[in-house]
Amino acid sequence: MRQLMLGNQAFARGLYEAGCAVVSSYPGTPSTEVTEEAAKYDEIYCEWAPNEKVAMETAFGASLAGKRSFCGMKHVGLNVAADPLFTCSYTGVNAGMVICVADDAGMHSSQNEQDSRHYAAAAKVPMLEPADSAEACEFVKRAYELSEEYDTPVIVKMCTRVAHSQSIVELGERLEKEPLAYEKNIAKYVMMPANAIRRHPFVEERTGKLAQYAESCAFNRVEMGETKLGIITSSTSYQYVKEVFGDQASILKLGMIYPLPEKLILDFAAKVDKLAIVEELDPIIEDHCKKLGLAVTGKEVLPMEGEYSQNLIAEKFGKKLPSYKSLEESLPGRPPVMCAGCPHRGLFYILSQNKCAVLGDIGCYTLGAVAPLNAMEMTLCMGASVSSIHGFNKALGEQSEGKTVAVIGDSTFMHSGMTGLANIAYNQSNSTVIILDNSITGMTGHQQNPTTGYNIKGDPAGKIDLESLCRAMGFARVTVVDPYDLAACDKVIKEELAAKEPSVIISRRPCALLKYVEHKPPIRAVQDKCVGCKSCMRLGCPAISMKNKKAVIDNTLCVGCGVCQQLCKFDALQPGEVQK
Amino acid sequence: MTKNIMIVGVGGQGSLLASKLLGHLLLSEGYDVKVSEVHGMSQRGGSVVTYVRFGEKVYSPIIDKGEADFIVSFEKLEAARYVQYLKEGGRIVVNTQEIDPMPVITGAASYPENLVDKMKALGIQVDDMDCLSLAEEAGSAKAVNIVLMGRLSKYFDIPVPKWQKAIKECVPAKFAEMNEKAFLLGRGE
Repeated sequence: MRQLMLGNQAFARGLYEAGCAVVSSYPGTPSTEVTEEAAKYDEIYCEWAPNEKVAMETAFGASLAGKRSFCGMKHVGLNVAADPLFTCSYTGVNAGMVICVADDAGMHSSQNEQDSRHYAAAAKVPMLEPADSAEACEFVKRAYELSEEYDTPVIVKMCTRVAHSQSIVELGERLEKEPLAYEKNIAKYVMMPANAIRRHPFVEERTGKLAQYAESCAFNRVEMGETKLGIITSSTSYQYVKEVFGDQASILKLGMIYPLPEKLILDFAAKVDKLAIVEELDPIIEDHCKKLGLAVTGKEVLPMEGEYSQNLIAEKFGKKLPSYKSLEESLPGRPPVMCAGCPHRGLFYILSQNKCAVLGDIGCYTLGAVAPLNAMEMTLCMGASVSSIHGFNKALGEQSEGKTVAVIGDSTFMHSGMTGLANIAYNQSNSTVIILDNSITGMTGHQQNPTTGYNIKGDPAGKIDLESLCRAMGFARVTVVDPYDLAACDKVIKEELAAKEPSVIISRRPCALLKYVEHKPPIRAVQDKCVGCKSCMRLGCPAISMKNKKAVIDNTLCVGCGVCQQLCKFDALQPGEVQK
Repeated sequence: MTKNIMIVGVGGQGSLLASKLLGHLLLSEGYDVKVSEVHGMSQRGGSVVTYVRFGEKVYSPIIDKGEADFIVSFEKLEAARYVQYLKEGGRIVVNTQEIDPMPVITGAASYPENLVDKMKALGIQVDDMDCLSLAEEAGSAKAVNIVLMGRLSKYFDIPVPKWQKAIKECVPAKFAEMNEKAFLLGRGE
């Protein structure tokens, strides 16, 4: 059967067809749907882990026990999981283990643009790179065979345009795989120096064998066309190259990105007059070719940053670009904003009013940094708010303690905020940490986490109690506040900042987009009472705008949260009427 | 020859259903199809773009400047934003609804005036229609996407019953009748 499938959905189909039995991942755009789609197959055990390191170690444990396993993450997630990755390269696997890492060139939804291909070389783990959905499905199945044959975890690298594009996939049957027997093997699996020293040569030998495999494997293919120009490319760049050149150039498409072949590349180079490399982000294929002594065109004409496209390739190679018409005026941008009714808004408003220095974290609430709230100093990586405020306050002492807060979401806190909190508790800085508990992992599209009480399938699961957790770590001051109640937020923030000991504030209110959240009728803007003071506009709510110097409410967006009402001194914003 | 349809709008307006519908329909017509979306920020009121490409063999999943045969826009400002993506001789189908972006809400900018006229003045073929009213007439403001698909369908050689079958297969059964009405209102029938 042929089906139009998202790259990530096809990846999950590959997991299913390969007989994968255990999946553990942490959500991250653009990787999230691999695991969400895998969870729709009853044959696969799937879970959201608290972070990527835990996910990879869980997958490793399942592989060790004899079942094919998987973990998925975005590029920056692999930084978190790098520790197990580098050493499970040494131990190898029992049953096959596949890792998905999804890069985000163009940073549609990420804090950096790192190129994950470096990890394959650094950890000496083979990496495959599909260029569409059909390849995603196929490569995953072959990745398991490779994993078991060469005794190694295998990384399958996606990118935004492969992960989030739909193309046609031919569906196959599931391979019902007997679990492999688990056998205790101290020399292979206990990585202490005496054993690891013996495993390192194995890794080098394996890489040599895989490099041989790369010379003739089906992942890499030559498509001969005209021979004036030869292009070596991979992933989504291959699609742009084909779009621009068709048969006017010869192409070596690499589906295996580590290790890279040598003879295959040299033979291809010998058949063409000029050689070019088209790869997004870093010059990894290019550097490899240069080491082989080849003269290539690459990053001196193509950018290191951002996504490529057919027009970009055409332009850089001197091809004609399509013409188009343009409007002369500059149009206002439409950046993403906190949704109407977002529970983060009220809290950020109070932080901004109190002129707090806010150390931020990764999630929807990073949008607290944009106008009109502008309430954030820093965002680095998952969990960094809690660790950084400790360093900030240790450096500045009383100068900063009374006016600085860290803000972190519930899911991000479970991911890697807890360890930073442990440092505050242990090394005692007078820091104020606000956990923005919206009862879901919001930014990636509503995934459950250890604090929500539900698992990936929506069934009841263990639920970590944030208040008890913080108290157990030694925080005597733990307060819960409703971010829709501005006066209460103001009071709590002032009190906790004034306190002479570290504290945790839990700002608790479920994400307004959650299906079970009941909304009130839209707020009513009473035009006669509105004086046009724009107090309500300071919230940056997309449901409020000024028309003819009076506030108006967009009824299709307003969820009646009532935060704006608390700012109006003229009673111009009133609760909406319940409709029968 | 690959045909390109760009669907643009504001996060949360339901553009993903439109691309799902088109993908489903074009696949059943025997074309090679690619549909590209960007997730992540899409629920947060930002500008969203979906690309639908079909033909004998489609390589790139994205549509570049000067390539779109059609731009289907859920919102007026968003149609104007992506005008450069339209091919010479291409057509814009636009819902004339205005949704203020944050710079307009905060007063840093104003919503541009007469955008449809300005696009027409460039010689662009623009089908501007109040899809929200038509959707409400059909029974739900949420049917804007189907109204737009109805209008788009006029420019394809695919028979109406095939569009209607695809709609039925892509939306919950309880909305089938309402969507059929929305589709026909969009077509102007």
